[in-house]
Amino acid sequence: MEKFTPIESRPAPLVEVGIIGWMRRNLFSSIPNTLVTLFTAYMLWIVLVPFINWAFISSDWFGTSREDCSSGGACWVFVTVRWNLFMYGFYPEDSYWRPNLAFILLIVTIAWLSIPNLPFKKWVGIAAITVYPVVAYTLLYGGFGLEVIPTHRWGGLMLTLVLALIGIVAAIPIGILLALGRRSEMPVIKMVCVIFIEFWRGVPLITILFMASVMLPLFFAGGTDADKLMRALIGIIMFQSAYMAEVVRGGLQALSKGQFEGADALGLSYWQKMNLVVLPQALKIMIPGIVNTLISLFKDTSLIVIIGLLDVLGMVRQALSDPAWLGYPAEGYLFAAFMFWIFCFSMSRYSIYLEDRLNTGHRN
Amino acid sequence: MTNEQEFIITLNNVNKWYGQFHVLKDINLNVKVGERIVICGPSGSGKSTMIRCINHLEEHQEGDIVVDGVVLNNDLKNIGQIRKEVGMVFQHFNLFPHLTVLQNCTLAPIWVRKMPQKEAEAIAMKYLERVKIPEQANKFPGQLSGGQQQRVAIARSLCMNPRVMLFDEPTSALDPEMIKEVLDVMVELAQEGMTMLCVTHEMGFAKKVADRVIFMDAGQIVEENEPEEFFNNPQSDRTKLFLSQVLGH
Repeated sequence: MEKFTPIESRPAPLVEVGIIGWMRRNLFSSIPNTLVTLFTAYMLWIVLVPFINWAFISSDWFGTSREDCSSGGACWVFVTVRWNLFMYGFYPEDSYWRPNLAFILLIVTIAWLSIPNLPFKKWVGIAAITVYPVVAYTLLYGGFGLEVIPTHRWGGLMLTLVLALIGIVAAIPIGILLALGRRSEMPVIKMVCVIFIEFWRGVPLITILFMASVMLPLFFAGGTDADKLMRALIGIIMFQSAYMAEVVRGGLQALSKGQFEGADALGLSYWQKMNLVVLPQALKIMIPGIVNTLISLFKDTSLIVIIGLLDVLGMVRQALSDPAWLGYPAEGYLFAAFMFWIFCFSMSRYSIYLEDRLNTGHRN
Repeated sequence: MTNEQEFIITLNNVNKWYGQFHVLKDINLNVKVGERIVICGPSGSGKSTMIRCINHLEEHQEGDIVVDGVVLNNDLKNIGQIRKEVGMVFQHFNLFPHLTVLQNCTLAPIWVRKMPQKEAEAIAMKYLERVKIPEQANKFPGQLSGGQQQRVAIARSLCMNPRVMLFDEPTSALDPEMIKEVLDVMVELAQEGMTMLCVTHEMGFAKKVADRVIFMDAGQIVEENEPEEFFNNPQSDRTKLFLSQVLGH
């Protein structure tokens, strides 16, 4: 009998590799393609060069008043002079160390949890959801011997981060519970969840914030006046958890029925099935959708300007109306946009990294 | 002698409907401890539905199902009790892709049987060796072939130390070359005295290990007999037609 010997695998042919090959394939493969490439390069040239010149080369960075902006380019002095205002709002200057410390603690905790292979992850995680909120609240607001700084003095980037972070941390678990409730076989739970989701999803966030700040106090007798920031925060959490619930529901539906049956057949209880089998897989599928919602939540926080709280964008707008600094809207808005972009872009990159890391090669 | 001691599974006049569609009609079945039963029949005949009723993946509307002395009804405690004792292997394996092979096997013992992790892992390795893939323990299901995945699924069920194993077309989704490795494991299991109910079209397997072959069509049990009699001397014309279709080539 003839013996079967498989042919050895060979490497793929090296046609055109490297940067030259890539450019020939993608930029100059035909005459129309070359024309488009040249035209695009020209457009970039006439837009980017003046912008870089304006923003970096002939711009002013340091000084104390608009007289220091003499070079004709961007006047970043407008931003640097008000840096503290943009970061902390009207928070008292001698207490800046408090939000700073809270922020550093947060960064350390998040870094600890997101870098693989660090020890004590479980304990850091538990501390992050139990101890950290108390510490951060005490640092920012006061108490335990620290001077109380009422929330109407908070502002700038600090306020944006507080709103976004609490919103995110609260909206994810509430959203998951709502989504599970909406798929529940118990009619009462299902109905409550559907009504909740459809109510909050059907109302614009601006309306919710407005109602939270103007109408809610009318319903309460005097004296039970909840903090304005707190009211806005509850509105944001309700609104975002309704959105989150629908994202989570999408992920649950994407999972094959066999996964539910496999867990059932092994005798796992409902919560064991959800926590050990269904949610770990569903959440992985949902990462892009969840991050999308979180990014939109982050940006929506600037709507609180409607109820008189000034986040980073609100502070910039207020600064623009300062008579001593009229005429620098481009710098102000670019700065605000850049602040938002940094945080949103980081979230986006982290989500892509997470998707790669959780990929076990096969989805059922 | 009560029924519970003699029979590990009893189906008594079981009826089931999907909406208006009558899928199971007056099903009566008694399974003795250690008995190996093969269930065959055309698709849509209700054979999968029947064995899925036994661990309540499907709900029946009329009749009684008693498993190991526990009456199956809507009581969650009873359902949990029965699922602990009844292992199930699916056509599409239903392994958990986010867990390694070993974690797939230890999940239920740790959480349902409350077994310490070390002990659960030792048991899992024992069964992975029995299905001849201990070396794959730390891989993810997605990195394994279909036949290997199905053997992991069998090991996963065995880790719960079940009294009965249900197989729902375990080889139907496999490439021809992989069917044998799964059947070998099942034959071994049968020879060790495990009580088995197996929905399959592998007639060779039925001839080799079954104590009884059941033929179903249109939601009812048409014929049941010992394999020899069943294949050589079918009583019903429906069975004869089916066998001529399956064995005809």
